[in-house]
Amino acid sequence: MTSLQVELPAGVVRQVVTAPAAVLSAPCEQVDPTDAEVVQLAADLLATMDVSPGCVGLAANQVGVPWRVFCLDVSAHPKTRTCHGRFVMVNPQILQASRNEKAREGCMSVPDFTGDVKRATRVVVTGQLPGSGESVTLTTDAFEARAVQHEVDHLDGLLFIDRVVSAAAIHKRKVYLD
Amino acid sequence: MALLAITVLGHDRPGIIADVTTALAQRDANVEDSSMTLLRGHFAWTLIVGTEASVEQVASDLAFLSSDDLVVSVLPVTDEQEEAAGPGSSFIVSVHGADRVGIVAAITGAIASYGGNVTDLQTRLGGGLYVVVAEVDFAEPMDTDVLAGRLRAVGQTVGVDVAVQAADQDVL
Repeated sequence: MTSLQVELPAGVVRQVVTAPAAVLSAPCEQVDPTDAEVVQLAADLLATMDVSPGCVGLAANQVGVPWRVFCLDVSAHPKTRTCHGRFVMVNPQILQASRNEKAREGCMSVPDFTGDVKRATRVVVTGQLPGSGESVTLTTDAFEARAVQHEVDHLDGLLFIDRVVSAAAIHKRKVYLD
Repeated sequence: MALLAITVLGHDRPGIIADVTTALAQRDANVEDSSMTLLRGHFAWTLIVGTEASVEQVASDLAFLSSDDLVVSVLPVTDEQEEAAGPGSSFIVSVHGADRVGIVAAITGAIASYGGNVTDLQTRLGGGLYVVVAEVDFAEPMDTDVLAGRLRAVGQTVGVDVAVQAADQDVL
């Protein structure tokens, strides 16, 4: 399996933007993965994900930056099968997506709702690693595939509420007692 | 800002929602949560509306709908806090079987007896087939198989099949 782990500087936790916000509804720009600011953003996304309970991925525009960069780490999630660990991808593009399945998902940028969304359970995604700019293509499935599509949607200016399967598919997010 | 519960029920036609919301917007009344569907072809909409206007003013604004075979009710309601669910304790309960009186009573009675709260419900009759889908929250942890076993036993008494799925939500 492709290794996606790279050395990054120390990350700074950034504020997560919630809808409605223009930055969440517009497509993000392609960026140079070797640019120092992009490398810092990669580290900051990971740092922000790490301090957010239950968060398995974060797109750059969720911290207010309109660049095509996301981070992901589904390694602790029970629905994960294939897992590429904790990584950042720059300029991602989904090449193949197949075998749709419906599931209920929520998002840090839409904190009060969940929605039933169909996503492919197998995807092939290509992009670049921050720092080296090395091109990588990964094939994944199950929960990692769903998470990748959710993050790439963010970078395309789409939220899960733009993709719900029916008028009855938006729900109040359950608040769980600890 | 007071909250009003409005229901609009009756013969369906295009434009009811536009007419109601236009009248409410002119009154500066804000539609908060609402849910609309067709029930055996009848338009059925329930709304919670925030407004400074009185019940009588809003009822009068919507009185024009009565000429359309629509029944409107406007009632004051209090601001309710939604209760938190316990971890791992939300389920989707699906029921189907031959139509008869008492299916919903039997299943929801059992759910209530175990402390479950129905937070969403659809019942549909098509041909002779009756279908119920309910979302249910429990304050205490509940095992999917235990709940399914209990509800299936109750379902047998009214001749319906019951399936229970955990209502997972994944934050991405």
